Amino acid sequence: MTTAAPSHEAMADPLAGAGDAPATEGRRIARALLRDRGAVLSTVFLGLVVLMAICAPLISAVTGHGPNDFDPAAVDTNLGGLPRGSFGGVSADHLLGVEPQNGRDILARIAYGARVSFLIAISATVLTTLLGVVLGLLAGFYQGWVDQVISRIMDFLMAFPALIFMIAILSSLPTGDRSVLLVTVITVFGWPYLARVVRGQTLTLVNREFVEAARASGASTGAIVFKEILPNLRNSLIVMTTLAVPGYIGTEAGLSFLGVGVTPPTPSWGQMISSAVSWYATDPMYFAVPGLFLFLTVLSLTVLGDRIRAASDAGEAS
Amino acid sequence: MARYVAGRLAGLVVLLLLVCVFTYLIFFKLSPDPALMICGKTCTPDRVAQIRASLGLDRPFLTQLGDYLSGLVAGRDYGSGPNLVHCPAPCLGYSFQSSQSVTQMIVDRLPVSATVAVGAAVLWLIVGIAAGLLSAVKEGSWWDRAAMGLALGGASIPNYVLALTLQYVLVVKLQILPFPSAVPFSEDPLLWFQSYLMPWLVLATGYACLYARLTRANVIDTLAQNFMRTARSKGLSPALTMRRHALRPALTPIVTIFGMDFAALLGGALITETVFGLNGIGKMAADSIAKNDQPVIMAVTLLAAFFVMAGNVVVDLLYTGLDPRVRVS
Repeated sequence: MTTAAPSHEAMADPLAGAGDAPATEGRRIARALLRDRGAVLSTVFLGLVVLMAICAPLISAVTGHGPNDFDPAAVDTNLGGLPRGSFGGVSADHLLGVEPQNGRDILARIAYGARVSFLIAISATVLTTLLGVVLGLLAGFYQGWVDQVISRIMDFLMAFPALIFMIAILSSLPTGDRSVLLVTVITVFGWPYLARVVRGQTLTLVNREFVEAARASGASTGAIVFKEILPNLRNSLIVMTTLAVPGYIGTEAGLSFLGVGVTPPTPSWGQMISSAVSWYATDPMYFAVPGLFLFLTVLSLTVLGDRIRAASDAGEAS
Repeated sequence: MARYVAGRLAGLVVLLLLVCVFTYLIFFKLSPDPALMICGKTCTPDRVAQIRASLGLDRPFLTQLGDYLSGLVAGRDYGSGPNLVHCPAPCLGYSFQSSQSVTQMIVDRLPVSATVAVGAAVLWLIVGIAAGLLSAVKEGSWWDRAAMGLALGGASIPNYVLALTLQYVLVVKLQILPFPSAVPFSEDPLLWFQSYLMPWLVLATGYACLYARLTRANVIDTLAQNFMRTARSKGLSPALTMRRHALRPALTPIVTIFGMDFAALLGGALITETVFGLNGIGKMAADSIAKNDQPVIMAVTLLAAFFVMAGNVVVDLLYTGLDPRVRVS
């Protein structure tokens, strides 16, 4: 895992107030995770899904089915387009079965859908983290009117019924790149949850002795923020971002499920589940496959976030 | 205390006003022209202008917003002469689609959303808190591990996946439940219960898992406090220390979160209601968005925002009662 990177940070951070040097901290968490069966299983599953997303064109090349290729031979028109064969048309040719009616390969669509889901969730996480950290730091560090303005904006955004509003905005913006729109909307309503935590922690950190010492020794504002405060926020940021990714994967899938996310023919897991709704009684596999992938991905990321939190909490307690 | 409450209520009104202006602005600027949608395919520019005028969409933004707000507070009149229609006090306008009074639509559908929310809340509070307490008391036992593992899993299932799975297993395969329909309790209590059971289960699962984890963490935290050691060393039995000393500090934070979650649900469980076809506020929101029925979208957004903010205020007031440390003088 990442044992090399943290030692570099330790060099850049000689004044850090935390008792533990980051290098050993990062290594300790990694070691704790390696010993945990749930964390290892989650990592393996996530690795496989990411690999599948990256290799989506390769999978299509090997099986000979693109995500949008129709395969009329795989469905039975006499039965209203139900897949031929048991379990939703699972065969050596179509490993996870086919869609009813048009016979599109589900494996290919899952792989390409994973790209969309991960890309949107990770972009949204990066952007919310960036916004949340910057605005949370500003509010906690400068306090006064800066804090007042930022906190009121956060109150305002958090009071909004975000889901209804996201759907309303997305449905009234029919043109443009849906993925970009989704990321934008998720970011706008998502950053306050992170910023609130960053602000709270910054407020307590600003008054700690090591920050005062740095200030007394003439450190610039930039140096105080980047070398004293940010390193101390790192653990909670790691935990919050690992837990944000599954949240946003769920949000993207939910919005696509409600028909305002990515538009067909681009596949996304939520959209696949949505189109499976009218078939769930006759072809349950069509709904079970994307549902299971979505569930296991969210579960793996949640378990991983939870274990990282437990490991870093244990470090703080000792 | 009275000043504190007054201040909070004033803040609530200001925030609601902001939400109102913001929502109105977004729909005014961004969304496609509702007159074009109503007019349909065989449309002439004259006809569009006529519809726009009849809906009041031809007037400037601030006039429209002002009318909307004054209608909300004092009611307003639509049309003129013999066609005059008076819309009484909390006037939210008329649906572009069905021409029904939006206020009436909300009044009709609120009971369904409230039934879904209350039933689910009872379920998740009982299951979540009981499981969390048991886990905390038996920390590290097989029960604790199993319950917490299950809680992580349950919190990871998107509710529409759970809804479809339950519907497939219970309704299609085993046929022990009917398809949900919003039957009033007074008509057929059994069918009512059977209809709402799946929505309750679906909504409660995620929250119950979350509450179990929160309760466990809070109780374990509290049990490690010094005052608990004091209580035990006074010779109180474990059950009594738990009841008298641990529960209150451990469960107070849960009250806060519960207030917010429940308030948000009153504004409609959009996905659950849509999947099960229950005609509540959430389904109304989804339908109105699909048809670009702006007065209804406005109303649902405002209503949901109102519930969230009011819930926030109520929780803070309750908190001052429950936790002596934050009592305001």
